[in-house]
Amino acid sequence: MYSKMLSLRFPKTVVNEPITVNLVKKFDLSFNILKATIYPRKEGLMVLELSGHRKSFQRGVRYLKSLGVKVESIGQDIKRDEDKCFQCGACTAVCPTGALYIERPEMAVIFDREKCSACELCVSACPARAMEVKFDRSLVY
Amino acid sequence: MAQKKVSRTIKDINRKIKEGKIVVVTADEMADIVKRKGPRKAAREVDVVTTGTFSPMCSSGAFINFGHTKPAIKASHVWLNSVPAYAGIAAVDLFIGATEPAEDDPLNRVHPGQFKYGGGHVIHDLVAGKKVNLTATSYGTDCYPNREIKKKVTLADLPYALLLNPRNAYQNYNCAINLSKVTKYTYMGVLKPNAGNANYATSGQLSPLFNDPYYLTLGLGTKIFLGGAKGYIIGPGTQHNAYAKRGKNGVPMEPAGTLMVKGNLKEMDPKWVAGVSMLGYGCSLAVGLGIPIPILNEEMARFTGISDEEIFTRIIDYGNDYPQGEATSLGQVSYAELKSGMIRFNGQDVPSVPLSSYVRALEIAHILKGWIEKGEFLLTEPQEMLPTVDRT
Ligand code: SF4
Ligand code: SF4
Repeated sequence: MYSKMLSLRFPKTVVNEPITVNLVKKFDLSFNILKATIYPRKEGLMVLELSGHRKSFQRGVRYLKSLGVKVESIGQDIKRDEDKCFQCGACTAVCPTGALYIERPEMAVIFDREKCSACELCVSACPARAMEVKFDRSLVY
Repeated sequence: MAQKKVSRTIKDINRKIKEGKIVVVTADEMADIVKRKGPRKAAREVDVVTTGTFSPMCSSGAFINFGHTKPAIKASHVWLNSVPAYAGIAAVDLFIGATEPAEDDPLNRVHPGQFKYGGGHVIHDLVAGKKVNLTATSYGTDCYPNREIKKKVTLADLPYALLLNPRNAYQNYNCAINLSKVTKYTYMGVLKPNAGNANYATSGQLSPLFNDPYYLTLGLGTKIFLGGAKGYIIGPGTQHNAYAKRGKNGVPMEPAGTLMVKGNLKEMDPKWVAGVSMLGYGCSLAVGLGIPIPILNEEMARFTGISDEEIFTRIIDYGNDYPQGEATSLGQVSYAELKSGMIRFNGQDVPSVPLSSYVRALEIAHILKGWIEKGEFLLTEPQEMLPTVDRT
């Protein structure tokens, strides 16, 4: 399962296409629209969370781009829920940037947000599911 | 001058606890004391050594009685938050296992599966005081005519809830690496290809059974720290194997002893019984467990004085060998090396990754130490010992 928050900008030629229906039917994706606006000159902006298999997701995005839709992913931030994290260290196996590391000899697991690239690998690798993706809501509202 | 040998009983220890004269140290402090002063002096000074471990322990679960309903039901299938529980017991008794996934879980259909919610999470939610949806169905009998009930329950509503873990506190565990060419998602965590990382469990020198390698002081009836409350050892756990290969110091070098434990779920704290999701593998429960080891004599001081450099485990390939049922050792590695963050394997530096929380294990050893010092926790005599082997 793969999920990302996207902003889509439509040129006026595609505003009338049943894009979202196609994403569901042809690409087996599901979505959750957070914002949809059509501007006076008939361009559209939509912010949605698109989910599905990673491969279908990529095909869906390719489809959107082929129609001339500008697709951008929205800024995401990774946070650690300090109550849920039980300081095991399992996440350090997957973190590519060293943002999650173990301080020795205490064996405390540290999360350095500055080093985090928001790759999300730790999110599902953490047994306690303490690593969370937060969307930058300021872009949506 | 020949000094008298140290010999004390659990009764002596409890008397000292009541008199407020008890000397308790954690297992990592004991390692240091024995190194500096030797086991004889350490035995004279220290009465009890506390241990701890906090790790996913799959063989865990809870026996629950949910109380009779009106009209009455003899439940044959039960779900808690859509996680199936075993209901083939009496009318309203059930066992919820930690690794049971929710019934509608996509499992590994999209590999690696997320396993977001399962039996371990149900137990965690109950202990956290959350409402849980209980559904029970039945075929109906003359005495129990009801065929279906649905209700929300909290731990406080349940007449009886017992954490009963058939296998916890493994004495030593494999160090897992992956020699295949693709990433493997295992119960030992995510293993990157070509020996990309080496994952290990157990808290080493703090781990309960490393401190009493021949099970000389514990058995059925030993009171322990379990899930933040007081619990008991009720016997050897499933797969308990005293015959494992041991080092000269008596400490097993591969998975060996295990414990079956129980405790009142209602007294537990969600911090110490946490639902976990192992990517691509399944659900489980992380359990906090600590055992006080009485220093009955010099030998127990020597055993509890063990440190990470003297404890070894074997390296197993979870890429090809283990899935085929071939657990061939590819070499030995000490816990000191594992804890350093890097091990040497086949001339290659491999980052080592813990699955078991050392920070939490130490916290447990300290809590247990505090309970004993304050006189809130007395030691108990085991009524039946665990299967063991002769000391070498
Ligand atoms: S894997 Fe999760 S619980 Fe363990 S240290 Fe990392 S963030 Fe914390
Ligand atoms: S999102 Fe990626 S970089 Fe950030 S902490 Fe998690 S694994 Fe490391």
